[in-house]
Amino acid sequence: MYTQGLDSLGADCLHQATDAVTLEQRFQSKVDADERIEPKDWMPDAYRQTLIRQISQHAHSEIVGMLPEGNWITRAPSLRRKAVLIAKVQDEGGHGMYLYSAAETLGISRDELIEQLLAGTAKYSSIFNYPTPTWADVGAIGWLVDGAAIMNQIPICRCSYGPYARAMVRICKEESFHQRQGFEIMMTLARGTAEQKRMAQDALNRWWWPSLMMFGPNDATSKHTAQSMRWKIKRFTNDELRQKFIDITVPQAEYLGLKVPDPDLRWDEQTQHYIHGPIDWKEFEDVLKGNGPCNRERLETRRRAHDEGRWVREAALAYAEKQRARDTQAA
Amino acid sequence: MSQQRKQWPLWEVFIRARSGLEHKHVGSIHAVDARMAIEHARDLYTRRQEGVSIWVVRSSDITASDPGEAEALFEPAKDKIYRHPTFYAIPDEVKNL
Repeated sequence: MYTQGLDSLGADCLHQATDAVTLEQRFQSKVDADERIEPKDWMPDAYRQTLIRQISQHAHSEIVGMLPEGNWITRAPSLRRKAVLIAKVQDEGGHGMYLYSAAETLGISRDELIEQLLAGTAKYSSIFNYPTPTWADVGAIGWLVDGAAIMNQIPICRCSYGPYARAMVRICKEESFHQRQGFEIMMTLARGTAEQKRMAQDALNRWWWPSLMMFGPNDATSKHTAQSMRWKIKRFTNDELRQKFIDITVPQAEYLGLKVPDPDLRWDEQTQHYIHGPIDWKEFEDVLKGNGPCNRERLETRRRAHDEGRWVREAALAYAEKQRARDTQAA
Repeated sequence: MSQQRKQWPLWEVFIRARSGLEHKHVGSIHAVDARMAIEHARDLYTRRQEGVSIWVVRSSDITASDPGEAEALFEPAKDKIYRHPTFYAIPDEVKNL
């Protein structure tokens, strides 16, 4: 309901609004008081743009995130695993839709958002540019990637922008089954034959570091953190969330009898946190720039799906228009 | 430059969680007509039995109040505290009131 009125809104607002500084102060004091900003409320343009960027990246990640796991639907080892995986991938698609809707409330159309993804101008989480060569990868993604995503997303349930926060509440509720089914797959493999256990270890080796990178660059180099925290789009810094994730995940790996692939990892009695080795930010930058193992393949798959579905979208619209014309004539 | 394609219209979705409760706004969806809007809303918003009934309405058909008029619209109710039962002091010994 929100997109249509937005264009005219700017002009309307200016009549009543005093000046930009007052508006901005009023906006910030609302945010400071933990009130929510809703689509038709006045907001600084930079706030709007930051949200469009963040929500659409998040939406694209959900959509592209269907691909690495979708790869295993036809080869899931049992009917139960297959039903679960289909449900999970369907959820990811749903999460993408909730988020696109939230982004649209900021005055950008769904078509524009999708075009940005397909043109490669919008980003999505770098994690989905890694391949899924074995079944254990499906377990590792659920356990680690969804685990990291939940850690990132729970604070966004209290984000200052209402539609984003509400979408996130739904997503977080649905996401916890994703993580548990992933851990269950890992548990089954870890308790299986030597070969299955090796497979689980191999998946952990490949997904551990990319999962840590999901929290984004170190606080010192993160260019958006300070402003986003002031606007309460973000509630914790990248490093804080990364640390939380490590602290809860390492004991889970120990429970599985698997080894976290970090020779420097150790428990620090004094801070009551794990200390981890250095992250290879060069790899992160490379994947982000489009040079990860699967960047090209992921985008090509999305473009093909979009192109091959075009006739369906057009036919459905043409049919609906014809029906409407017929109804008007009959009336 | 490809010519701007026509987008599927936007609909707002309202769901009744179970009978006895009101329909509540849950989000929006794109669809070519009402029938498709209901079907897509069912796929998107009721994957876990979240509802027993769905309403959809074209987003462009909704008229919303202007946040700029919020004061004029809602402030007048603020000082009418006599509309609330707690405004009236009744002695403790009077029961059932």
